[in-house]
Amino acid sequence: MKEEVIITEGLTKKFGNFTAVDNITFTVNKGEIFGFLGANGAGKTTAMRMLCGLSKPTSGKATVAGIDVYSQAEKIKSNIGYMSQKFSLYEDLTVLENIKFFGGIYKLSDSRIKTKSEELVHRLSLEPQANKLVGSLPQGWKQKLAFSVAILHEPKIVFLDEPTGGVDPLARRQFWDLIYEAAGNGITIFITTHYMDEAEYCNRLSIMVDGRIEALDSPGALKQKYEAANMDEVFYRLARGAKRAE
Amino acid sequence: MEAVVVKGISKHYGKDRFVAVDNVSFTVNKGEIFGIIGPDGAGKTSLFRVLTTLLLPDGGEAMVDGLDVVKDFKQIRQTIGYMPGKFSLYQDLTVEENLNFFATVFKTTIKENYHLIKDIYVQLEPFKDRRAGKLSGGMKQKLALSCALIHKPTVLFLDEPTTGVDPVSRKEFWQMLKKLKNEGITILVSTPYMDEATLCDRIALMQKSEILAIETPQAIIDSFPKELYKAKSVSTPALLNDIKAWSDDIYAYPFGENVHFTFQKESINVEELRTYLYEKEHHNLEMEPDIPSIEDCFIHLLRA
Amino acid sequence: MKQFGAFVKKEFAHVFRDRRTLLILFGMPIMQILIFGFALSNEIKNTQLVVIDKAKDQASHKLINRIDASSYFEVSNIMLEEKDIEEVFEKGKLKLVLIIPAEFNLMLAHDKKASVQLIADASDPNTANLLKNYLAAILQDYQAELNGIGNGIGTESINIVPQTRMLYNPQLRSAHNFVPGVMALVLMLVCVMMTAITIVREKETGTMEVLLISPFKPWLVIIAKAVPYLVLSLVNVTTIVLLSVFVLQLPVNGSLFLLFAESTLFIITCLGIGIFISIKTNSQLIAMLISLIGMLLPTILFSGFMFPLENMPAVLQWIANIIPARWYYVIVKSVMIKGLGFSAIYLETLALVVIAAFFYALSIKNFKVRLA
Repeated sequence: MKEEVIITEGLTKKFGNFTAVDNITFTVNKGEIFGFLGANGAGKTTAMRMLCGLSKPTSGKATVAGIDVYSQAEKIKSNIGYMSQKFSLYEDLTVLENIKFFGGIYKLSDSRIKTKSEELVHRLSLEPQANKLVGSLPQGWKQKLAFSVAILHEPKIVFLDEPTGGVDPLARRQFWDLIYEAAGNGITIFITTHYMDEAEYCNRLSIMVDGRIEALDSPGALKQKYEAANMDEVFYRLARGAKRAE
Repeated sequence: MEAVVVKGISKHYGKDRFVAVDNVSFTVNKGEIFGIIGPDGAGKTSLFRVLTTLLLPDGGEAMVDGLDVVKDFKQIRQTIGYMPGKFSLYQDLTVEENLNFFATVFKTTIKENYHLIKDIYVQLEPFKDRRAGKLSGGMKQKLALSCALIHKPTVLFLDEPTTGVDPVSRKEFWQMLKKLKNEGITILVSTPYMDEATLCDRIALMQKSEILAIETPQAIIDSFPKELYKAKSVSTPALLNDIKAWSDDIYAYPFGENVHFTFQKESINVEELRTYLYEKEHHNLEMEPDIPSIEDCFIHLLRA
Repeated sequence: MKQFGAFVKKEFAHVFRDRRTLLILFGMPIMQILIFGFALSNEIKNTQLVVIDKAKDQASHKLINRIDASSYFEVSNIMLEEKDIEEVFEKGKLKLVLIIPAEFNLMLAHDKKASVQLIADASDPNTANLLKNYLAAILQDYQAELNGIGNGIGTESINIVPQTRMLYNPQLRSAHNFVPGVMALVLMLVCVMMTAITIVREKETGTMEVLLISPFKPWLVIIAKAVPYLVLSLVNVTTIVLLSVFVLQLPVNGSLFLLFAESTLFIITCLGIGIFISIKTNSQLIAMLISLIGMLLPTILFSGFMFPLENMPAVLQWIANIIPARWYYVIVKSVMIKGLGFSAIYLETLALVVIAAFFYALSIKNFKVRLA
């Protein structure tokens, strides 16, 4: 029996008479890497905000880690991790200070923070940089560190919003190694990306067009269905029909 | 004929002399699309700013249209077009107002060079009364390109024009660049997306303030020194782990739906690996040599 | 020139599309004038007044009754000696004392001219001045009445001269001082802060990069950005003058042209400071902080508008001299309230010119045609 950690049913968000997210229904299984794709303005960010408990849906149902997004939005926040390309870590704090700070936010005990920091620094081989400012680290390292910090409190689900933007191809793959590792440990990964090769790394993915989910399946099944050689083609076929440009 | 000549350009910042661009040289021919491919922090923006006369280099020299970027900066500014990485339009002005403003500042009108921006402008027209800040990423980028083109520049500098833009808009954007090339405009474009490299006539791969290789995309692919294989089975992560575990002399990484790998030593027998993977229950395994992509080349250069 | 026009047009679009800024820009001067005006008019009702009536005759009684009858004052029956005035003031119970000399009636009858003494607690200068003005108005009334009675045989008109002593603050900041003060503050805010922020915003959003690369001369970019704020500031000056004339009944006693000319000079000075700040900073936040702490705060402290400069230590008085608002404040007071001409304020004007020249020279020296 698969455990479903995200369940949405007819989830909708309207801003005035603009429907940003239009009646989306899907489930995400525990330990799954779920790709959430869509063109700019398709409604990805709005949907993600609702699932993170940051924005109240207009209608429809949604539970995240078994928690209702309407009534217990605050409780969701302690059960999820979040990382985006734009904001993740404080550049003017050191590696250890960042870990300590975010550990504190998620109410980890001091001793847990201590063991977790050592573990994390060791796993990323960051020992020589542990007391350096995050701002001085190369982009690829920052992203890996940010991801590790996002799952520091062992959340059930981690939301990744374009985590690998602008990272070199080698660092991007190292980043995915971490994602696979986390997924293997039972953490569900919910990820958005503009790299279509990364879409292939997902177990299943959805493609949003104009606020609706136009396709949802494994990369292989999608390619078969749309008779496409790669995900890039699938995406292009679906998203080209988009009417709205935000 | 060379549109841009860069000879040993260096740029440092701050007290600790952080090196952003380190002794970089290349030339860009007239009417060429020249791509500078590299991740964030490689030094692409600093290099562009030196070439667009916005920053003084700390070493070396560079010419745009035969004019020196330091001495002749005033003339250069009359002729080039530039689209900075950040969204560089007025968010509170409408699409049309932005275009009109930049046209006037560059001493021209929308009408005068309408043929250049026509294809883009047709797409923007339905939104011409919308404020630029309210456009989607793809539309903003089209508007920014129109604004950079309005005075028919001889050389167009585009600093990461497609970053954060979805694949469909990116594709459309590159189609526009092709058309501009046909108009005789030289285009220097930087991007972190490796898949865009093949759309350029020639590329420079840049990493950590240095250029790793300058060639046509095909020549870079041809110079890939090793035999590249791709493999595919039901589970990519499992396949990747098994391939990695088989030998220390193998370098494997996920690549889309496949795993790509190369051997450190040529002596290794691929068929032995195949047999091993069958034993590991990868029954529907597909494994064959593959043509490397620019991304493979970049990964290889980064590891070298 | 067409380029310049397009630029200025764009700048106005920025201003008019940002509703919040617009509200602050135009709402602030109106609010300040009304708040100051309202707060002041509120205080003057049934103020306790002690009269030391040395004359004790019919004329003095009539005058006292008249004061008592007005809604502004209530004549207290406390008995007070002249030497005790200061003590009572210090306790804060009383604000105003009127001394009618013994020979009041006699002076009125013989000299057609009498003087009364008015002593006010001017530690709160605005109130003191207002009280003085009200009392003077009542004296005028009384004088007019006396003249009306005795007008039969073509005698000279009677004249009662109030001689005012302002204790604690002898030179008295007039209650109307806040109008010049508000003008200085508003112009400072609009010209220094808004100008600095709007230029730095272009650096932050990346549009400055594109403009630098355009054939448009970089320094013209800066000038074009300053033009709308010059216009807006002049609109604000007009608003304040209109409000003070029609709402606060404070007429412009001097030349309106001179007032606007001097205001323009002050605006240009402030724009110079704003431009200089924008050249030296790269973030809107820093530009705002520098404008607020470096400019607005000293303006409030050292312009003489809130705190009398004369009472400050010499060092602070010296510092005050480099604050443009300090000079502008004197200029507006002289032109608007005292009705003086240019000859009275040429030194202050010169000071502003020097400060403006200094900042423009500094800006030109620091101006970069490239990014930092």
